[in-house]
Amino acid sequence: MTYKERIDGRKFDETRPIEAKVGVIKRADGSAMFKIGNTWAYAAVYGPRNLHPKFLQNPEKGLLRCSYNMMPFSSTGDRVRPGGSRRSKEISLVTQKSLNPVLNLEEYPNSVVDVFIELPQTEAGSRCAGICAASMALADAGLDMKDLVCAVSVGRVDDKLLVDLDYSEESYEDGPVADVPIAFMPNINKISLLQMDGEVKKEELMKLIEMGKKACMKIYEIQKKALKDKYKVEV
Amino acid sequence: MERELRSHIIKLLNADTRLDGRKLTDYRKPIELEYGVTKTAEGSARVKIGETEVMVGVKLTTGEPYPDTPDQGTIIVGAELLPMSNPEFEPGPPGIQAIELARVVDRGIRESKALDFKKLCIKPEEKIWMVIIDICPINDAGNLFDASSLAALAALKDAKYPGFDGEKVDYKKKTDKKLELEKLPIAVTVIKIGDKFIVDPDTEEEEAIDGRLTVSSMEDGSLCALQKGGDTPLTEEEISKMLDIGIEKGKELRKKL
Amino acid sequence: MTKIQIKDKEISVPGETLAIGMDVLPGRGTYRDGEKIVANRLGLAMVDGRTIKLIQLSGRYAPKTGDTIICKVIDVGFNGWRLETNSAYSAMMSMKDATSQFIQRGANLTQFYDLGDHVVCKIVNVTSQKLIDVTMKGPGLRKLRGGRIIEVDPNKVPRIIGKQGSMVMMIKDATKSNISVGQNGLIWIDAEPKNELLAINTIRKIENESHTAGLTDKIKGYLEKKVQK
Repeated sequence: MTYKERIDGRKFDETRPIEAKVGVIKRADGSAMFKIGNTWAYAAVYGPRNLHPKFLQNPEKGLLRCSYNMMPFSSTGDRVRPGGSRRSKEISLVTQKSLNPVLNLEEYPNSVVDVFIELPQTEAGSRCAGICAASMALADAGLDMKDLVCAVSVGRVDDKLLVDLDYSEESYEDGPVADVPIAFMPNINKISLLQMDGEVKKEELMKLIEMGKKACMKIYEIQKKALKDKYKVEV
Repeated sequence: MERELRSHIIKLLNADTRLDGRKLTDYRKPIELEYGVTKTAEGSARVKIGETEVMVGVKLTTGEPYPDTPDQGTIIVGAELLPMSNPEFEPGPPGIQAIELARVVDRGIRESKALDFKKLCIKPEEKIWMVIIDICPINDAGNLFDASSLAALAALKDAKYPGFDGEKVDYKKKTDKKLELEKLPIAVTVIKIGDKFIVDPDTEEEEAIDGRLTVSSMEDGSLCALQKGGDTPLTEEEISKMLDIGIEKGKELRKKL
Repeated sequence: MTKIQIKDKEISVPGETLAIGMDVLPGRGTYRDGEKIVANRLGLAMVDGRTIKLIQLSGRYAPKTGDTIICKVIDVGFNGWRLETNSAYSAMMSMKDATSQFIQRGANLTQFYDLGDHVVCKIVNVTSQKLIDVTMKGPGLRKLRGGRIIEVDPNKVPRIIGKQGSMVMMIKDATKSNISVGQNGLIWIDAEPKNELLAINTIRKIENESHTAGLTDKIKGYLEKKVQK
């Protein structure tokens, strides 16, 4: 059996429906939410703010700290135990690495910018949704940054290359699967997150990245609109 | 605590008003309640009181009963003070604040017998339903206690059993069978600042709290759980007054369900 | 050939190209990337002659020399006070900047400014490492007594103050209140409870509608209506 068409009827290069909103958490310095299909991420930015403990302070530039956390009820299966897992720690790390290149942290010596990503509901692609939300939240926080960051997962299911795998595709059993989350900086035109698990040939991967970049450009337009909508002048 | 802010709050309370112009026993507006906000939970709800926003999700799982209650299911309440929701909250395991919040919500539901634990029994001495209630503040602008309690009850009201074949839970299968709520316990936290009583404190007022009494009451006005907080002791007369306010305001909040 | 990519007063996001060409200059909130001038924060794009700049719309307060700010005393040391500035950095106020009074060696400094006190002070220096020095010497700089402090978006402070202080004057007159606006987004208000609330609501209204045209007239009308009641 081969994978002929997507279960939810999407085109191979089509993402699930996306919804984005900026300024959703009043107490934060910047915030946003990003929904893609059934995956839903909030991001809140606090900072630049005083950094403790003091030995972490860097007089040359500020520190970006990211934390990715799934709410206990956010998984389709069993309850997620609160308190970080090895998985959530690793995702926090790659999130930080994917956002760091756009920030001019030299503007904020000795301080910290904290990004908290929380997921109330997940179904594949949660790290990418988190990065999309975080990037909008950083912009909303008025931080000095060179670009936004857009992220999506691309991958291979059987012999098809596709964009934004959902859970059923990630767990497809009748053929090889590869899942490749990428983050892309649309104006800098570089990639800041790349992971892969599964089986894929180099040529296929390069093609996937190309497809991912295209999908990211669409996500970028949505992020831009959400940011502009918050600040739109009401006449 | 800042002296200036505290004395200012007291000055306003003496003039029968508050920092944001509310009357002493007014909740912020609007109070919004939304069911089924997250699809991955068996039941969920979001409550907004003014700018405070709390999300609660209920997961249902099976387990073994406690030896002393072999024919009863149980509830577990967890709360995490997400650092996303308040600049003061730090990442890490739940601190004492989070634990108190979870315990207060737990007691309101448990002691009111809002859920009949016997109905959660699948097979005595072997298998029961465990109802896991998790509280996640999205934006903490004060009064997490009342918002969380209301959201927890609403999430229970929203909850439906997942598929179950006698052995294993199938979370992909949803059933139409609801958790039945027997009672509707509502928590109202009454705050004492100086010699005045208020409800629904905002962040600034929370810093000025002298005494605090969370009053969980049921439809008929009877009490099911209490929690006193704050550093100052209370007189009987004060407790009586605070209970009256708690029960009265509870009726108002219950209408939101 | 220079091409301006944005409309005047258009909201731009980080990374967005604002103009292409070498005869336009990157102003505040923008940077040059080859031929392009690119936004490096979220802001309102403005074309000012040959310069393209961004007016920042959000974000925490960034301390600047010359700013008048409202601070809280968070530490009292041997030689001065440490102040919380509502930014990522605290400020130092040395004894010589605190008062023109003679202070005896080893004197208890809390008699001048105690922990938790709020002061209106002026930033005299900010280093590249964001060490901040402030002074109490200057017109209007003082310790605040009574009243209440609210926090607003520091990016909206210029609108709250208004041209030559016209907006804040209008609020003061209408609400018979004392108001001090710190450029760090902290505002001190001292008035009767009813007027205090009106002053705060007016400030919140300015904050929410800061980018609308004819704001001064709108606020004037709002205050007149509310005061009559």
